[in-house]
Amino acid sequence: MRIALVGNPNTGKSSIFNLLTGLRQNVGNFPGVTVDKKVGKLKVLGQMYELIDLPGTYSIYPRSRDEQVVYDSLSNLDSSEYPDAVMVVVDASNLERNLLLFSQVYDLGFPTMMVLNMTDIADRQGKKHNIEQLQFMYPEAIIVEANARAGLGKERIKNGLSNLISRTTTSRKLLSVDDFSNQEAETLERFEEIRQGLEKVVSKEERSEVKNKWDKILVHPFFGYVIFGFVLVVIFQFIYAFASIPMDLIDGAFAMWSNWMSNAMPPGVFTDLITQGIIPGVGGIVIFIPQIALLFFFITILEETGYLSRVVFIMDRLMRPFGLNGKSVVPLMSSVACAIPGVMSARTISDWKERLITIMVAPLMSCSARIPVFTLLIAIVIPEETVFGFMNLQGLVLFALYLLGAVFALLVAILLKAIIKTKKQGFLLLEMPEYKAPRWKNVGLTVFEKVRVFVWDAGKIILAISIVLWALASYGPGTRIETSINNAKQEAVEMQLSKDETDQLVASTRLENSYIGIMGKTIEPVIKPIGFDWKIGVALITSFAAREVFVGSMATIYAVADDGTTSSSLIDKMRQEKHPDGTAVYSLAAGASLMVFYVFAMMCMATLAVVKRETKSWKWPLIQLGYMGVLAYLGAWITFNLLS
Amino acid sequence: MTKTLSDITNGSKVMVSEISQSKLRVKLMEMGVIKGRILTVLYRAPFGDPMAIDIDGYVLSLRKDEACLVDVELMTEL
Repeated sequence: MRIALVGNPNTGKSSIFNLLTGLRQNVGNFPGVTVDKKVGKLKVLGQMYELIDLPGTYSIYPRSRDEQVVYDSLSNLDSSEYPDAVMVVVDASNLERNLLLFSQVYDLGFPTMMVLNMTDIADRQGKKHNIEQLQFMYPEAIIVEANARAGLGKERIKNGLSNLISRTTTSRKLLSVDDFSNQEAETLERFEEIRQGLEKVVSKEERSEVKNKWDKILVHPFFGYVIFGFVLVVIFQFIYAFASIPMDLIDGAFAMWSNWMSNAMPPGVFTDLITQGIIPGVGGIVIFIPQIALLFFFITILEETGYLSRVVFIMDRLMRPFGLNGKSVVPLMSSVACAIPGVMSARTISDWKERLITIMVAPLMSCSARIPVFTLLIAIVIPEETVFGFMNLQGLVLFALYLLGAVFALLVAILLKAIIKTKKQGFLLLEMPEYKAPRWKNVGLTVFEKVRVFVWDAGKIILAISIVLWALASYGPGTRIETSINNAKQEAVEMQLSKDETDQLVASTRLENSYIGIMGKTIEPVIKPIGFDWKIGVALITSFAAREVFVGSMATIYAVADDGTTSSSLIDKMRQEKHPDGTAVYSLAAGASLMVFYVFAMMCMATLAVVKRETKSWKWPLIQLGYMGVLAYLGAWITFNLLS
Repeated sequence: MTKTLSDITNGSKVMVSEISQSKLRVKLMEMGVIKGRILTVLYRAPFGDPMAIDIDGYVLSLRKDEACLVDVELMTEL
């Protein structure tokens, strides 16, 4: 039996869903939209129930893309979500507004259950409910009380499910989505009926309640921003600095695993595929888990407590000119650590256009994977000098690169705001829920869900691209690699190189003659105008997997040991590198051009995979890849020509 | 002269007299902003926009141009 779960936002609907289904949840898609479809299972008296969590809405008539799902699922007999019965979660502390949606759903004629939730908050406000009178208003509904936050009501809901009443009466017909004038008339009628009915249902003792006393400080014109700034710094510190501890462990573990496997297995293509293609590919997925888990740990707490709607309140005016939402601040700030959790967290933005713009510009914020690239290049082309008496020039350049990314994120946002058209008018009209302590079970389930979605949905794309890149870097046409390696080995013997030096020369020769090496040489005419040679071209292609791969690829190409991020032998080698005409390859102009290129270019397959997953189509990640590529090329071209 | 909700100072109580014709009118109604309803203006964000109002015990935030759509009668001023 399929049950649709509907309710206003902030009614504890997801707490009810979690209470009933626990870990027996699956995330899928609603057809055609970017809304996660959470489906959970529960069993009552031998009968299986499939619970579908529909997006929160104030009315059956949709005012956003997410809400359209509710209308479609409940009105379209052919939709795969069309339910056998409906469970409506209602906030007992705010019955009047909640009953609008309930009465709309009740009139659709499904067997209907009302879960009167948050009875604790109603009690605190001195509101008492006469359930018999409420039953009188909706005679064919099953009405149960619950307090999902305290874990109360599970048995009552289960009982209610097996007692659902099939319906005999339906009064109103559902209106079409854009029939605004009749919707207005119907809404007024319903509110009048509800008001009359509720006179006998709710009795309120007057209490001198201090409403939302926290708002005094949290939306204060000065302290509001100070507190939000502090919250951002804490989140940033965790995903930027503290996440590196488990990330280094993961990195080391996968390197050890790969090493152990290559020793344990007979040499050959299959072993190489596993040790150089699959294991590093899986490692490249797992490495992001700490950051994703930490960010969603914090965001879920902010959401659960009700603070996130205050953030929207104080940031709305500032973000509006950019086509962004007050909630965009958290994804953009997180993207300075890593765009992947940043893009995923844009899910909290309910307006589709604002969410899309946030996702599209998030990767322009300089992430931590760019740091190894920037530090290597700064060390090569920027002199270690003090400017203005106290500032380190290298540090200043690094700061300028961060600023460049952030400024362009906002500029592109303004541009996208003008370009992307939506039928629906943007509005705020946001409920500011009461402050509540977070429910740790909800926090845990959300973190688990986000990690699982990333590993499965984005992970397969990341793994596939890593294997392709590995194959392209390891194989070349015909016997080209074998022949050149044999030549290199002879050369090494003649030059009396040590074993390590010989290995480095072989690796360099292999990469040069692989498909990627050939591709690097092929694109040389294209990247020459921005100051790059084919060796940089090779590193650009390999670092499409992830930006930090640039450093390792450079080390391989220049046949030096890759002993960490800023190996001095690599810096020396790159400084000495000359064009055939004797000029330095890594001149100030070329180095700066390359840095600007990395500020803008979408060199991260994992981000592309996540954007695909979050926008549910290849259209947006491809547009992103394209516009960031154009920006990178133009930026690098201007930089190169200005400086040379 | 009729006032709109956006003109009302923090702390004042008002009664909704009319909502201007707009695509958002039905949405405002669904959020509980209906004719005859008594609202309290609670506070405003920095720069005076958006604002927060109390509607029968729940807090709604809305932008200035959304509040402009709501004609109100002043009940008490603080």
